[in-house]
Amino acid sequence: MTPTSRGFLGSRRTDADPSRIPPGQYVTTAFPVLSAGPTPHTPLDRWTFSIRGAVAEPISWTWDEFRALPSENITTDIHCVTKWSKLDTEWMGVSLDTLLAGVQSSAGHALVFCDGGYTTNLPIADLTGGKAWITYGFGGASLDSQHGGPARLLVPHLYFWKSAKWVRGLDLRDEDQPGFWERYGYHNYGDPWQEQRYSGD
Amino acid sequence: MARAALLRRLTWQTGTIVKIVTETARTRTIALQVPEWRGHRGGQHVDIRLTADDGYQAQRSYSIASAPSDAQVEITVERLHDGEVSPYLVDQLRLGDELELRGPVGGYFVWQDSPGGPLLLIAGGSGIVPFRSMLRHHRSIHSTVPVQLLYSVRTPEDLFYREELMRMATSDEIDISLTFTRTQPPGWNGYDRRIDREMLVESGWSPGADPLVYVCGPTAFVETAAELLVGIGHDPRRIRTERFGGIGENP
Repeated sequence: MTPTSRGFLGSRRTDADPSRIPPGQYVTTAFPVLSAGPTPHTPLDRWTFSIRGAVAEPISWTWDEFRALPSENITTDIHCVTKWSKLDTEWMGVSLDTLLAGVQSSAGHALVFCDGGYTTNLPIADLTGGKAWITYGFGGASLDSQHGGPARLLVPHLYFWKSAKWVRGLDLRDEDQPGFWERYGYHNYGDPWQEQRYSGD
Repeated sequence: MARAALLRRLTWQTGTIVKIVTETARTRTIALQVPEWRGHRGGQHVDIRLTADDGYQAQRSYSIASAPSDAQVEITVERLHDGEVSPYLVDQLRLGDELELRGPVGGYFVWQDSPGGPLLLIAGGSGIVPFRSMLRHHRSIHSTVPVQLLYSVRTPEDLFYREELMRMATSDEIDISLTFTRTQPPGWNGYDRRIDREMLVESGWSPGADPLVYVCGPTAFVETAAELLVGIGHDPRRIRTERFGGIGENP
């Protein structure tokens, strides 16, 4: 039995399409910052993006090589496990389909690794098929370091902790291995539409 | 870590408001009696859910302000400008009301007398809340870990837990430094500015002491403090941060 909160009305937004707001989320126009540690600052001349692990041949791009890849504009809604959702965010980045195109692997999982030691895990199937990008632009400008620049994974159909900031690569794996927040009690998959916030949800 | 314990589903529970303490003009500490609280660690948070008569619901996360050994679960809530849940909790909730909560949540920004090393806590504004839980825990287990707390507020009226912090500061293990960035109390001869490198060097452990560092507060505050700490030479892997988005509020 859910008790009602005497006198609570709520400030329901009428300008946001309810079908775009997952359960338990509210819409914000701000872009809150949440990180577990200090913001890393890797110089671009030392930055690489790598795909390694259970692959026939590891592959790596320098910043210049990465930026020379075909990129896309992405307009999408994002949903943070701390309850805020932000609609119609505009990103620029390289599709994971492009990055994984030349990679030979039968692995089913990826552990994403980042500067600062952050990790998060996803099924490969959630990184392919036009569902995930390595982004370097936000709102028409380069991606700010507080928001994960120079490059951030964008997987908007999952809670936003899966969209790892300061991303440096993918470790492909035959078996799933929980990442940073996934080991601290957050849901292993994180579908906002199923409200998979914490382990067991 | 007990992975099995984490995998237990966090269900919504109903707590009863048994105590309300006014901390500042826009902040209250709310104590809930929760019959089946599973316990928590200092620094963890809870999700709070409000339900309107027609079934509309809103959830938010709040840091737990009470120690694991306290009889009640306490949260300290600051009314946010154009907030949806915080104005209700600060202005409308009364003793005896029921409130739904789910938790504890989060396992990284926590302290339990380990990992070792002295403790450096840096709080901006309402960022003091999880540190009250950690410091109460420190006292309740008679920890000998030395603690330095640097707490930045705008004015004396913005200080949370004034008497309790004063009491804690009388212990040999806990040093507390305050800075009032906008208005200072009469006769104040302490810090009167935003945190800077000099302040962190003077009032915090040096990198050589290898402290475990926790920083909590509004995003800009945390970003500044963490950058300064790394600049002084603290190991980034020993710095844990919690950023309060401060949505709809000027930092």
